[in-house]
Amino acid sequence: MIYDFLLKLTGSEIAAGFIQSLLPLFVFILPFALIAVLLERKVSAHMQDRLGPMRVGYHGIFQTVADILKLMQKEDIVTDNSDKALFNIAPVLVFTGSYAAFAAIPFSGAFIGSNIDLGLFFIVAVSGLVVAGILMAGWASNNKYTLLGAMRSAAQVISYEIPTILVIITIVMITGTLNLYTLSELQTGHFWNWMIFGGPSTGLIKVAFIPFMIIGFVIIYISTLAEVNRTPFDIPEAESELVSGYHTEYSGMKFAMFFLAEYANMFAVSAIVAAVFFGGYQSPFGYLGNSLGISWFIPIEQFFWFTFKGIFFVLVQMWLRWTLPRLRVDQLMALCWKYLIPIAFVNLLIVGLITVF
Amino acid sequence: MPVKTEEMILNMGPQHPSTHGVLRLELLLEGEIIKGVKPHIGYLHRCFEKHAEAMTYPQVIPYVDRLDYLSSMYNEFGYVTAVEKLLGIEVPQRVEYIRVIMGELQRIASHLVAIGTYGADLGAFTPFLFAFRDREKILSLFEITCGARLLYNYIWIGGLSHDLHPDFVRLAREFIPYFRPKIKEMNDLLSYNKIFVERTANVGILPPETAINFGVSGPNLRGSGLKWDLRRNDPYSVYDKFDFNIPVGEGRMGTVGDCWDRYFVRILEMEESLKIIEQALDQLPEGDVTSAIPKRVKPPIGQVYARVENPRGELGYFIISDGSVNPFRVKVRAPSFISLSVMDELCRGHMIADVIAILGSIDIVLGEIDR
Repeated sequence: MIYDFLLKLTGSEIAAGFIQSLLPLFVFILPFALIAVLLERKVSAHMQDRLGPMRVGYHGIFQTVADILKLMQKEDIVTDNSDKALFNIAPVLVFTGSYAAFAAIPFSGAFIGSNIDLGLFFIVAVSGLVVAGILMAGWASNNKYTLLGAMRSAAQVISYEIPTILVIITIVMITGTLNLYTLSELQTGHFWNWMIFGGPSTGLIKVAFIPFMIIGFVIIYISTLAEVNRTPFDIPEAESELVSGYHTEYSGMKFAMFFLAEYANMFAVSAIVAAVFFGGYQSPFGYLGNSLGISWFIPIEQFFWFTFKGIFFVLVQMWLRWTLPRLRVDQLMALCWKYLIPIAFVNLLIVGLITVF
Repeated sequence: MPVKTEEMILNMGPQHPSTHGVLRLELLLEGEIIKGVKPHIGYLHRCFEKHAEAMTYPQVIPYVDRLDYLSSMYNEFGYVTAVEKLLGIEVPQRVEYIRVIMGELQRIASHLVAIGTYGADLGAFTPFLFAFRDREKILSLFEITCGARLLYNYIWIGGLSHDLHPDFVRLAREFIPYFRPKIKEMNDLLSYNKIFVERTANVGILPPETAINFGVSGPNLRGSGLKWDLRRNDPYSVYDKFDFNIPVGEGRMGTVGDCWDRYFVRILEMEESLKIIEQALDQLPEGDVTSAIPKRVKPPIGQVYARVENPRGELGYFIISDGSVNPFRVKVRAPSFISLSVMDELCRGHMIADVIAILGSIDIVLGEIDR
């Protein structure tokens, strides 16, 4: 484990914990955001017969770096009538919420921020902070558009947490653990041990699980899309209606915080979907390190597979975003309360029955 | 204790991403429900009608281009039709055919913008760029014809500024088979998309009676199920020589006259325009396009009203001549202006998000409204 290594290196538990808590940010989220922003622009461009950024570096690979430099130089505007304190706290809170989720996500067998037993529960709970941040931002900006955006966002995020949790409960019923690390370890071996293919159970039960697991996956994927406010659920920041929703009044680095939080969130939810249904960091075909007999290579492979799966789901999010129009706010609520929640409930019941027998 | 509620006034625009220019809508809200819409216009007012009085007749043409900048060709077409009626001159057949070809190409280009921006308004950004990709092809055709891509000054009183480029007919013929599959692509990507239908069907229903009472024309009127097209009902130029259908809204996804119908009428009209262009290219006669251009335009005392079916509806020009080289009065009947006036009627009881859907579906151009 990385923590033990850091403990040996620094000789102090506090220093080791501190470094470890910052690792995902600097090793993972920042580089990921850099790549994902560029990726989004390139993916959208190629879907739309464009080239996208081409000027900064080869095929525009340094575009995001240039953008960040631009954002840092921008004036930090705080409007006169805004509630200054809330206005300044909001972006921090939003980012904290999405960053804290990374604490319980196992990047590989050797690296998990904090191996807490209530991992999944923790993630769901701490994501709630984002809502508070969004509401604060919308209220503090003292602008009708931001307020509408914030209200919509709060309603949306809270509603869509319910189907997510229902699906998570389904998984917990089968595996009996909320710990993401244990959950990933349960799905070890080949890809047919992933939860989407019935998990570690065997025989007829495993086959019986598969259709319900697929339903669960679809529900959780749709709900997480809504939770991170991506198209077709990007209603809080619907640019054609609300300019850009709750962060309309933000500029410079505070805007960048929202932006970073959005991309961090995109990966976080993809990672949760991957961890719950697609084996987390487990390789689908077994490890090269095992067959070559190099044990230290396995965590690196696991890290690769985890990133691969996460980015795959992020790419699907991008693909959806650039294909679909946006739902209306009442339709969005109807989708959640009239379809997703009942289906998730029935799914939960059936899986429960199968588990009992 | 009852909770005191009050209505909120939300200003949408003039700087708003989807007011299609510089329109300001004053929305009276109760929560997210619209109680009333008051459009405020005039941010793009350029005194066109007053300017025209100080100009000679041919000098007005470049100004006409700038009215509805997405259908400049058709604005010129309408203006010269009016002036020619006033002068009583016959133009050569070739000129009429070229005008029709240009007009219909312009109609497709304009509808592409309408459809594309409508998609973008509803959150689908990709169809927008697909539409602009195809519009580029049409603009290139205009460019080889007259050198300009947006404001052409191509159709002159009594003729055209240039004859067609030698390659034009070939390129236009190539465009038709290129574009037909793109309409299907647009349908697959946007028109029949479940979310898109959810957003537009049964939203902003415009009953035919209301449409007639307000004087709405063009695709908005046809979307309400009325078969009224000046190309067929009051034929001008050579439109009586072509075989084409007039698509009307049928309420396929919801109620007749909803946003989806208005949108889909435009899709179908592009198909019909292609048919007209195809026939016009086949029948295109030879001849001189500048022979009938008068040296000096000095109409007799009198007045005239001429109307054409531009991509947005009935574009009418009312011109009064006092016998001098300058028009005494040029009044434009702008279809967008009239379409905008039904906004309040359409939006009541809907949500904020629907205002965008409705505004996009009536396809206004502020240049024409404010003039």
